[in-house]
Amino acid sequence: MATESRDVTQATETDRELTMSRAMVEAIAWEMRENDEVFYMGEDVAEYGGIFSSTTGLLDEFGPDRIMDVPISETAFLGAAVGAAQAGMRPIAELMFVDFFGVAMDQIYNNMAKNTYMSGGSFSVPMVLTTAVGGTYNDAGQHSQTLYGTFAHLPGMKVVVPSTAYDAKGLMHSAIRDDDPVVYMFHKRLMGLGWMPSPSGPKTPVPEEDYTIPFGEADIKRHGNDVTVVTLGLHVHRALDAASQLEDDGIDAEVIDLRTLVPLDTETILDSVRKTGKLLVVDEDYQSFGVTGEIIARAAEGALDDLSEVKRLAIPDVPIPYARPLENEVNPSTDKIAAAIRELHE
Amino acid sequence: MVSVNELRTMYEQMVTARYYEERLQEEYLVGKQPAFDISAGPIPGELHLAAGHESSGAGVCIHLRDDDTVTAPHRPHHIAIAKGVDLKKMTAEIFGRKTGLSKGKGGHMHLFDPDVNFACSGIIAQGCPPAVGAAMAAKKRHTDSVAVAFLGDGAINQGGFFESLNLASVQNLPVVFVIEDNDWAISMPKHRVTDVTDGSQRADGFTMPGERVDSDDAVAVYEAAGRAIARARDGNGPTLLEVQVHRRMGHFMGDAEAYRPESDISHSKRRDSIERLAEDLRAHGVEDDEIDEIRERAHERVDEAIAWAKEQPEPDPSEAYEDVFTNPPAQATTDGGYSDSGSTSDAAADGGEQ
Repeated sequence: MATESRDVTQATETDRELTMSRAMVEAIAWEMRENDEVFYMGEDVAEYGGIFSSTTGLLDEFGPDRIMDVPISETAFLGAAVGAAQAGMRPIAELMFVDFFGVAMDQIYNNMAKNTYMSGGSFSVPMVLTTAVGGTYNDAGQHSQTLYGTFAHLPGMKVVVPSTAYDAKGLMHSAIRDDDPVVYMFHKRLMGLGWMPSPSGPKTPVPEEDYTIPFGEADIKRHGNDVTVVTLGLHVHRALDAASQLEDDGIDAEVIDLRTLVPLDTETILDSVRKTGKLLVVDEDYQSFGVTGEIIARAAEGALDDLSEVKRLAIPDVPIPYARPLENEVNPSTDKIAAAIRELHE
Repeated sequence: MVSVNELRTMYEQMVTARYYEERLQEEYLVGKQPAFDISAGPIPGELHLAAGHESSGAGVCIHLRDDDTVTAPHRPHHIAIAKGVDLKKMTAEIFGRKTGLSKGKGGHMHLFDPDVNFACSGIIAQGCPPAVGAAMAAKKRHTDSVAVAFLGDGAINQGGFFESLNLASVQNLPVVFVIEDNDWAISMPKHRVTDVTDGSQRADGFTMPGERVDSDDAVAVYEAAGRAIARARDGNGPTLLEVQVHRRMGHFMGDAEAYRPESDISHSKRRDSIERLAEDLRAHGVEDDEIDEIRERAHERVDEAIAWAKEQPEPDPSEAYEDVFTNPPAQATTDGGYSDSGSTSDAAADGGEQ
């Protein structure tokens, strides 16, 4: 980490609840007040406040030079963020939907992710790439993906996926202070938008002061002894719902929220698997060659003898379809997660 | 008006760059003859030499300071030399040595020197957006630094180039785009792939000035670049510049140029910007002895850099895991492939050219 991270347990107890978007914005505003080198650029981030409310209100406080609308030219402005970061600034650049990475991937994976390594460490790229991910609202194949695995697969980027307002704020502080490129992937359904209602889980108490959540520390969102469920983003909440449904049947699931994919907290997964012996991985990305396979491989490498059974639920290698019954079919539901836990338990 | 001292400086940079490419050509072919094996010899991999491009690097970079940013493409040596990149460390990098600019992790297409704000991208036109970003940083910080993105004529059909021109123009950023027109996009002659003969016409769509220097006359490049860079430094926005250069060697070493008419090759070699600049020096009263002296000094510097580089140790295989991140995650060694590089190598700092 660029700066000393505080133990999250030291953060002040508070009853103040925020949506995930308000928590993110609070962290961005705090960092911008502290450091003149931080600025935010993206499409519709100033007057509009971000299509998914990632920058609501920031323009009023910081003005158009620091909350900067840019042309719909992802190659140019993501690459410009790389250049500004290499010059020592701390840009935050927003890729409106992660699905749009295709028009700008060279800047992301050939420059942003590699210039530190290819310069032998003489250059740093301290930027944050914020991007909206996920489906569940019938936006079809070009606007509903998470692409977690795509970004985590390519070396040189730290990859962050918050699931609650508390985590979103602490991870954003860490992301902006980090000296490396951080891809901060926020799930649209968790942001607390009036026009895309969130489940109840992501709105949490959030301390008013700044705090960091270190990268590479998964969070056990529910402790249990029977089955380990490893997941991230929206599906943390679906897994928690599934786990509480199963309580009455005497099934005690443990739900691990990865919070960061790079670095990945393998130890927390292994500790849990050693305890339960049963592993379910739930992911909203495509199934093959992705997060589910990686988590299962690490569990197998580290705790094969303790592992009696594994399962995975993910998008079954089809593009995300539009119509409700079709999208609902392929995006792992609470019921499907509950059924998978039950099968593992039997 | 160019001063005689500036002529001397440009001449020295140009003869340095030319001799550098000639010497690298020799070194590159070691172990690759008679059967060409791209991975054999002291310099493995692709090598894109810039002989014939020297007037561009020298004529532009003479206007730049260390705090100005330059991004260069896959054919970067002459630009790096003119920008003042450490020649010894750069050469060690090209030879894949531990004390190279990037500790052997970049190679000749990926030269990075933070001391003079020099970076590369080996992907066509993709150095343009980071140059725009450096210009954006200069503007936000209210400095008078500028950025220059060099690219080839084959790059002006890339989306990243167009996006960068628009962003630079709409935000009035202090950046200059320099197209090095060597008439060839790898094996494609310009007229078959590019709809304009004068690449600076691309500026017309972006309300920025475009200017073409129709020869590799370093003084003409100096003058056009001087106008463009002053314009950027004064807060008057970006400029698109195209300068005619000549590709005296293949696209990359090993390119037999079977596609290229013999007349075009001999034409490129006949026009020599370096000889032209020597004439300019003589016209300004510089004696032949001094011109010879400059050339010899340049050759000596190149020979020294190459000799030094070849004596440098190769990186230890374990170093492959270092420098993925500036702040490596604490637990990374147990699962990811990367690790903390520990203390910075002092050898690189001490051994480089001062």
